[in-house]
Amino acid sequence: MDKQLPAESVGLVQPQTLHIEDPLPLDCGKQLDSYNLVYETYGELNADASNAILICHALSGDHHAAGYHSADDAKPGWWETAIGPAKPFDTNKFCVICPANLGGHNGSTGPGSINPKTERQYGPDFPVVTVRDWVRSQEVLRQKLGISRWAVVAGGSLGGMQVMQWAIDYPDKIGHALVIAAAPKLSAQNIAFNEIARQAIINDTDFHGGRYYDHDVVPRLGLMLARMLGHITYLSDEAMRAKFGRDLREGRINYGFDVEFQVESYLRHQGASFVDRFDANTYLLMTKALDYFDPAAEHDGDLAQAFKPASAKFLVVSFTSDWRFSPPRSREIVDALVDAGKTVSYAEIESDLGHNDFLMTLPHYVRTLSAYMSRVADEVNP
Amino acid sequence: MLRADLKIISDWMPAGARVLDLGCGDGTLLAHLQAEHRVQGYGLEIDPDNVVECVARGVNVLQLDLDAGLTQFEDNSFDFVLMTGALQEVQRPDQLIDEMLRIGRESVVTFPNFGHWKPRFTLALKGTMPVSRALPNRWYDTPNIHLCTVHDFENLCRNQHIDITRRHLVNHAHRSTWGMRMLPNLLGEIALYQLRRRSR
Repeated sequence: MDKQLPAESVGLVQPQTLHIEDPLPLDCGKQLDSYNLVYETYGELNADASNAILICHALSGDHHAAGYHSADDAKPGWWETAIGPAKPFDTNKFCVICPANLGGHNGSTGPGSINPKTERQYGPDFPVVTVRDWVRSQEVLRQKLGISRWAVVAGGSLGGMQVMQWAIDYPDKIGHALVIAAAPKLSAQNIAFNEIARQAIINDTDFHGGRYYDHDVVPRLGLMLARMLGHITYLSDEAMRAKFGRDLREGRINYGFDVEFQVESYLRHQGASFVDRFDANTYLLMTKALDYFDPAAEHDGDLAQAFKPASAKFLVVSFTSDWRFSPPRSREIVDALVDAGKTVSYAEIESDLGHNDFLMTLPHYVRTLSAYMSRVADEVNP
Repeated sequence: MLRADLKIISDWMPAGARVLDLGCGDGTLLAHLQAEHRVQGYGLEIDPDNVVECVARGVNVLQLDLDAGLTQFEDNSFDFVLMTGALQEVQRPDQLIDEMLRIGRESVVTFPNFGHWKPRFTLALKGTMPVSRALPNRWYDTPNIHLCTVHDFENLCRNQHIDITRRHLVNHAHRSTWGMRMLPNLLGEIALYQLRRRSR
């Protein structure tokens, strides 16, 4: 007990819950009559509420972006590398807020929450939510917390998509948009990977049409397969080669179908540990939100036109080894922003790991973020 | 204090212009143009340290490789396209100049003049590759792969139907003299050109 937490961390944090009774209209035509938004904050809000940063999370993320829930926690929040005192999102200067998205697995209202109409878990009845729905709910959060406007909205991957949507939907409520390791829409290949993941879950005999909560089971194998597949797309070929090569667990080939190669063992471990902390219905919803995101669609595919209303200043970052949302996908965003005459900078970070590099502390990445954020800090009042 | 050649370019720039700076380095020129001429500028730069420097200065920088082409930029989408001191470092200067003229209504190119008497003298008499303040690298570690002279450059412009609307020669201290105006290829160390596609 009383383990010392790292000094460069925000330390012990506690999630907070905002219960909202005003209905939230959704893109699918349905609405949520009431809902909870669970979020964490790090750092103090200044007197004119102008130093707030909104952090948007990705597919498997949640509201716990930094710090520890207890001194015994093995791991800090998911973006501990970037959020904290003297880190790029400096909690000595900014008030960093990270909400969990609707439809999520352990915070804000989602498929595992109780539907007030039926008094049982939503399960498959939870409406399909979109990136735009999340942004709409985050705008409600902004109003309820009395934040004049976000100094910065930042996110990686699916989080970066929310950042773009913010800049388009609420241009006067966002100062800077940090779009990291994202894409303006999924490619057919991206959607194909998502579809296999969904099929794995839906066809698990324990899925019960999404009502597995009632049967006291979880579609373990399906969710595990989905995560194993996803995990391959988060890592580069080189990273896997470097980490596992063709190493054998027992040092020899056994001519069987049990785990033999180290990479198999690693993937099974990743899959299995994911099942313990994630919800299968949430996985289905998150992958759908990814598939549907395409802000250019309403403008005949013209992304520059979609960005026209935006007034935020943009920083776009990609990673050379990321093949899920590769640098050319980020360059599509940059080209559209330049076409639209927006203020934008773009950094392409030399990296080895793949998509997950946006959570790492690569020096060029950290220096770029820090240089950008220290300029933002000069704009806001202490 | 802005370097003298950059000061000259800056004087050529109308207020409020939309500017693309190819190989913008640490963003010195763009930062100056933004502050003094209210230009809306983007710089293209490949070196990560320079990219960070630009971000820290509040200059719009896009980390892109000039040799990968500029096809993503629309025709006539910029008032000015600049390239200061990067011409001799790119794979195909001729193609890049064509691209500059396509993207910008006006283009500005600067390069070290290999026809200056000092490099000529070094090569002719000492028989070694010239090293000077305008050409500081040695033959084996230089990023310069396409050095040219004022004559070479103007021949290229003639062949590619490019109009030279301004020319300015300076020495390594970025000063200009009467002699450089008379004998640009022999006495000018750094050449500055403003170019425009010849109307047909």
